[in-house]
Amino acid sequence: MANVLVCIKRVPDLGGEIRLTADAMGVDDSSLGHTVSPHEEAAVELAIQTAKDTGGEATVLTLGSEDAVEQLRNALALGCTGAVLVEADAAAYGPADVAAAVADVVRDHEAAGTSYDLVLVGNDASDTGDFQVGVRLSYLLDRPVVAGVSTLSVDGGEVTARGGSPDGGTEVYQVALPAVLTVMEGGVEPRYPSIPGRMKAKKIAIDRVTPTGEPQGSGRRRLTLPPAQPSQVTVLGEGPEAAGAVVDLLESLGVTR
Amino acid sequence: MSVLVLVETDEGGAVEVSRETLAFVRGTDADVRALVVGEVSPELVEQLGSYGVREVLRADGEAFSSYAAAAWASAVVAAADGVPLVAAAGTPRGNEVLAHVACRLGVAMAANVVAVEGTDPLVVSRQVLGGSALEELPLPDAVAVLTVAGHACEPSTADEPAAPAVREVSVDVPAADLRARVVRTEPGEPDESGSLKSARVVVGAGRGAGSADGFKDLLELTELLDGAALGVSRVVTSLGWRPHHEQVGQTGSRVTPDLYVACGISGAIQHWAGMSTSKTILAINTDADAPMVTKAHYAVIGDLHEIVPAINEELRRRAG
Ligand SMILES: Cc1cc2nc3c(=O)[nH]c(=O)nc-3n(C[C@H](O)[C@H](O)[C@H](O)COP(=O)(O)OP(=O)(O)OC[C@H]3O[C@@H](n4cnc5c(N)ncnc54)[C@H](O)[C@@H]3O)c2cc1C
Ligand SMILES: Nc1ncnc2c1ncn2[C@@H]1O[C@H](COP(=O)(O)O)[C@@H](O)[C@H]1O
Repeated sequence: MANVLVCIKRVPDLGGEIRLTADAMGVDDSSLGHTVSPHEEAAVELAIQTAKDTGGEATVLTLGSEDAVEQLRNALALGCTGAVLVEADAAAYGPADVAAAVADVVRDHEAAGTSYDLVLVGNDASDTGDFQVGVRLSYLLDRPVVAGVSTLSVDGGEVTARGGSPDGGTEVYQVALPAVLTVMEGGVEPRYPSIPGRMKAKKIAIDRVTPTGEPQGSGRRRLTLPPAQPSQVTVLGEGPEAAGAVVDLLESLGVTR
Repeated sequence: MSVLVLVETDEGGAVEVSRETLAFVRGTDADVRALVVGEVSPELVEQLGSYGVREVLRADGEAFSSYAAAAWASAVVAAADGVPLVAAAGTPRGNEVLAHVACRLGVAMAANVVAVEGTDPLVVSRQVLGGSALEELPLPDAVAVLTVAGHACEPSTADEPAAPAVREVSVDVPAADLRARVVRTEPGEPDESGSLKSARVVVGAGRGAGSADGFKDLLELTELLDGAALGVSRVVTSLGWRPHHEQVGQTGSRVTPDLYVACGISGAIQHWAGMSTSKTILAINTDADAPMVTKAHYAVIGDLHEIVPAINEELRRRAG
């Protein structure tokens, strides 16, 4: 039996353009929907599969505002069986702060009788891209960590994890549990929520906790965007009649055979 | 100021992103030392010298015979020996190892740095949101730990090559560092993302392809063009139409071809992050207002299922 804790982060679902807030400290998400990173979707899928395969539980955690309950509910609808909301302003938390808050939850749950054999996080958060929470968490919990995992299987007290190697092959790790893994998209197909899944998710109580201690913060001074370029597009035509103009272009670029 | 750079190597010596990192830190007017894990050939020493490296530190031994990020971090910490700046390329390994190093030194880390904005304290500018925005971040700790984003600068050699001395660093690798270690590697599939990343032309396909069967003409176009590969949007991979290793974008491959032909792709920020540095972008889209169309150099408005076959036909006709 393996219990899995999987950490996700609510982020704006950007379209074709980013707008910053007036103070340039964040993205203006007032008119945007929200989602989680594809890496975290893969991590949720791996958590659910592992829990099912081993007869354990998959618990989802996020540190964020009350709005992030939307992302927790989505993970519950997919098959996670418990959810923790660490209520805080995620923007005030740097990667070391997030790791500390997650480590506190892991220790508190352990003291209360639930231990996590695996903690899964995304390889990097899609907004801040710090590449650190998983590794920092492993130090706080004194557990081994593997980064960039795309598939995993648990057997007895050990996890076999696979991820890409620099030369395009696959690297295989065998690590004793408990362990921390950072997950990269591509190894598993995240499932879609079912209607019964959504109904069930509504009934699961979300465990709300308040972090202890003040966050150090990320240190961000401001964000900047590359200057917007005025559109310089040359429309070659409409429909199949444009084929001649396209092939002229391809020839001028020297990319035809 | 002394800087330690963790250099990744392959058969060809220092990998390109590591050479970019050496060029980047040299710009901070630094006394550059390079750490190499594993073998150090005379050719590698000469190459590192041409990048201005004054000393090559080498960590080798059983603990490094297969990759373990924590053991590499022990080597970096041993080699760092009081330097105020530790850097690596923003590769999966660079980011992983330096995250361990930052934990051990009890300092912050900045991933994917593209520029130095100030030096007292060190302030860097780094990529966030998949490279679509930059964050200004001070690194006031006694040791600044950072990774340098790929293509943040040219991998240019130094004006005056150095003749670096090679020194073995003795690293005490505790057993705990080897708890997570590569136990074996398996060769990649023959047609994984390698050909996509190095392709001269990428034919990109998005939701507009319509279904798993909608790629025939697009694949034919890749055959008709020179050095072309198929790249796809995340919608395409998450619907299972094409395999993940063909995905372009923030969570897929980054491509920099001479030509990117974006067919039925809207141009979401996360896709754009993976192909914006293409030299020429040609968009084929039913929607003249799609971000991909307005940001492209060239566009054809209409249904890709009519336009792409017509292009293929014209290419075949002209080829005779
Ligand atoms: C954190 C994060 C990371 C992400 N990473 C990636 C990533 O790495 N790569 C990626 O691609 N996406 C990524 N995404 C998803 C991204 O936000 C978009 O959802 C995705 O890129 C949209 O794919 P699309 O353009 O194919 O589909 P859509 O946005 O649905 O666009 C389809 C386009 O096709 C056009 N079209 C439709 N039919 C036709 C036709 N017959 N002929 C011509 N044109 C037609 C439409 O006008 C439209 O412009 C990520 C998202 C998040 C939140
Ligand atoms: N506020 C948060 N709440 C829950 N998990 C988080 C949060 N921030 C980061 N994480 C997790 O840590 C991973 C790596 O984040 P980072 O190190 O910041 O790039 C993310 O993919 C998430 O899985």
